[in-house]
Amino acid sequence: MSKTAILDFTKKYGVLLGLGGVIAFFAFESPNYFFTASNFVVISKQSAVNILLALGEMFAILTAGIDLSVGSVAALAGAFFAGTTLAAGGNIFFGALAGLGIGAAFGLLNGILVTGGKLPPFIGTLATMSIARGLVLMYTHGRPIWGLPESFSYIGQGSFLGIPVSIIIMVIAFILVWITLGLTRFGRNVYATGGNIRAARAAGIKIKSVLITVYVISAFFAALGGMVLTSRLGTAQPNAGTGYELDAIASVVLGGTSLFGGEGWVVGTIIGGFLIAVLNNGMTIINISPYTQEVVKGIVIVLAVLLTTFEKEYWNE
Amino acid sequence: MSKEFEVSKISTNVILKIENICKSFSGVEVLKNVNLSISKGDIHAIVGENGAGKSTLMKIIAGEYEPTKGKLFVNGEEKHFSSPLDAIKNAIILIHQEFSLIPQLSVYENIFLGRLATRKIAGLRFIDKRTMKDEARESLKKIGVSNISVDSKVSNISVADKQVVEIVKALSVKPRILIMDEPTAALSLRETKTLFSILKTLKKQGVTIIFISHRLEEIFEIADKVSVLRNGELISTLNIEDSNMDDLVRMMVGRSLKNRFPNKISHNAKEDVLLKVQNASSEPFFRSVSFELKGGEILGIAGLTGCGNSQLGEALFGFRKLKGNVYFEGQKIQLNNPSQAMKHGILLVPEDRHSLGLVLKLSVRENYSLPNLDFLSKFGFIQLKREKKSVLSMVNGLNVKVTNINQRVENLSGGNQQKVVLGKWIVRSPKILILEEPTRGIDVGSKFEIYKFIYDQVSKGIAVILISSELEEVINISDRILVMSEGRITGELKASEATQEKVLALAVKGKEI
Repeated sequence: MSKTAILDFTKKYGVLLGLGGVIAFFAFESPNYFFTASNFVVISKQSAVNILLALGEMFAILTAGIDLSVGSVAALAGAFFAGTTLAAGGNIFFGALAGLGIGAAFGLLNGILVTGGKLPPFIGTLATMSIARGLVLMYTHGRPIWGLPESFSYIGQGSFLGIPVSIIIMVIAFILVWITLGLTRFGRNVYATGGNIRAARAAGIKIKSVLITVYVISAFFAALGGMVLTSRLGTAQPNAGTGYELDAIASVVLGGTSLFGGEGWVVGTIIGGFLIAVLNNGMTIINISPYTQEVVKGIVIVLAVLLTTFEKEYWNE
Repeated sequence: MSKEFEVSKISTNVILKIENICKSFSGVEVLKNVNLSISKGDIHAIVGENGAGKSTLMKIIAGEYEPTKGKLFVNGEEKHFSSPLDAIKNAIILIHQEFSLIPQLSVYENIFLGRLATRKIAGLRFIDKRTMKDEARESLKKIGVSNISVDSKVSNISVADKQVVEIVKALSVKPRILIMDEPTAALSLRETKTLFSILKTLKKQGVTIIFISHRLEEIFEIADKVSVLRNGELISTLNIEDSNMDDLVRMMVGRSLKNRFPNKISHNAKEDVLLKVQNASSEPFFRSVSFELKGGEILGIAGLTGCGNSQLGEALFGFRKLKGNVYFEGQKIQLNNPSQAMKHGILLVPEDRHSLGLVLKLSVRENYSLPNLDFLSKFGFIQLKREKKSVLSMVNGLNVKVTNINQRVENLSGGNQQKVVLGKWIVRSPKILILEEPTRGIDVGSKFEIYKFIYDQVSKGIAVILISSELEEVINISDRILVMSEGRITGELKASEATQEKVLALAVKGKEI
């Protein structure tokens, strides 16, 4: 029992220790630039997009699946957001509707591929990752979309009562996910489906509708993240969001969600996302080359996954 | 009784001898002081009920398990096997019930798995297909098999042929002792005959064969000696000429029947038929199954492992495709998925708790609520207080031993896990409870509580289908017993007239060719 208690503790709070360690390291290296209040606001803003994607990704991973399409879907939603806003004469409401709509549509497609087509989520979402990226390039003709109205930048750059809007969106998303996973019937069904799909079915849970909903949620959050990103940049870039799926997956796994499904803690995902953002920010401040940064991030992910598999094997003993 | 404990004749011919072997799994004794001698060149059958310890004993001989206590001698020399490789080095090999072949590979590739023949071309090693194919053909011929092509993919050949491939693969290590765990369970009569002629050929070549079988007729056809295990004890080893079917059945079943069952409530069954199953089939597991079930009745469905009774239970819960008609309270119903069955109050406690009954990673509370969230939640939100109250009443009512309700179910004992599986259904006010092997792997105390639980349910008018391979349990608990063999119902017995001998006779009833 005590061993399990220790394991549970390290799994839940290990990422927090990791975050503390990384912050301490950068604070020591760069007390004047990194370890300042204004830089932490910057980090929070930088983390918002990744955390939105990670919150959605977490649903897929909790069901022992994965959603590789989130980066491309984010880019597609951003492009639709920008394009439709322009087409509607600067009305960002229609733009937002289009962005979220195309996101949800891709989620539905992912869900149908995984449940109806019985494709492994890795393959199904790998395909839609490619399709969504292709659609972005077709839609934008490979060129950035410019000339957006001032109001377009509000969700990415603006602030409400002195708090950056992107951070407010992130916090609201976090609370929604926290409630969904912790307090609703659907949330329980997600954990059960990931923990043991046969037992979940034997308990009368409609597995297909759970999985489809999961992929719609994942894509919806990806679309939201993509729109915040586009708004922050003030332009829709055709190659936006490239590789974002990896940061999202890394945040979820760092946060202690098991890749085998059935266990995970939403607060962990937030901390994981923050850890990634701190790494990106800190490494840039202390002048580590972007090439090396990728290597360091990769190593961090390996360490995190090793921790999950170690735990798994421990149980199988 | 003393006559049954016949001491086997001391002979220099003994190839394998085990002395006072004991084996426990997490405190449960599976084998108790087993002594056994196997003579060189014999075909030695091991018989016993499910759970008698046959497979465990074989696994100890083959090095897969280490005994808790006891000694093992091969050719008079004491040996300690800590892995199957140790046993193989001593020319002992076990063929499992589930085959260890790779279905995507061909017959010859499987035979040569891990020791592929190679030849050098221009200094590089290449696989030598021709040599391997020739050798594989030769080995098949040696045991008198000519109808298997060495090029066939293993996934495309019959179960019987797979068995032959498995034997040839085993023979590649030139075993002196070949152990087979229920080799005939999945074979037809004709295929069994072929297998036996192979075994006889091997015997002539000096191989000693130990095999487990549930089919007593077979044993008289092929074995030289037979050993009977019961509840982990070796009851007797007999020369086949000195034994007969009745004796074997009596020894397998035993006589001891202490106070292991609660007092039965009599004549509880109501008049009206609750469930009527007509001509139900689910190939290849069972076919043409028809029966009726009344409210408040306990219907036992007995049979040996693989007879199809557990698949029948799963099909009635909508977990498996079912052809045929099912009527519930006179209405024809569809059972395409578990939630349809649940709507009618037909609930299943599955045989395999870990893969079907529980989500091990989740807590007692979450497992309990999983099928019950429809009434434990409002507008999609779980009513945590109601949930907690409901879980606690189940935990207390069934005496589930937990530190708290948020404990992971994987940390509970088997008996307590089973209580959670049972408990999650009671709040749904079931009409029919299908219990598959409800007491498998559970200690005696918990068994008693589960039997009491069953009686509590039927006294409320709930009908119970008890699917079990433990004959004692079926006979003592049920009102009426159906016996299945080879996917068919071979007979029906009233509880009052049922004896283990009668049930077993129906359960081993010959199969068709």
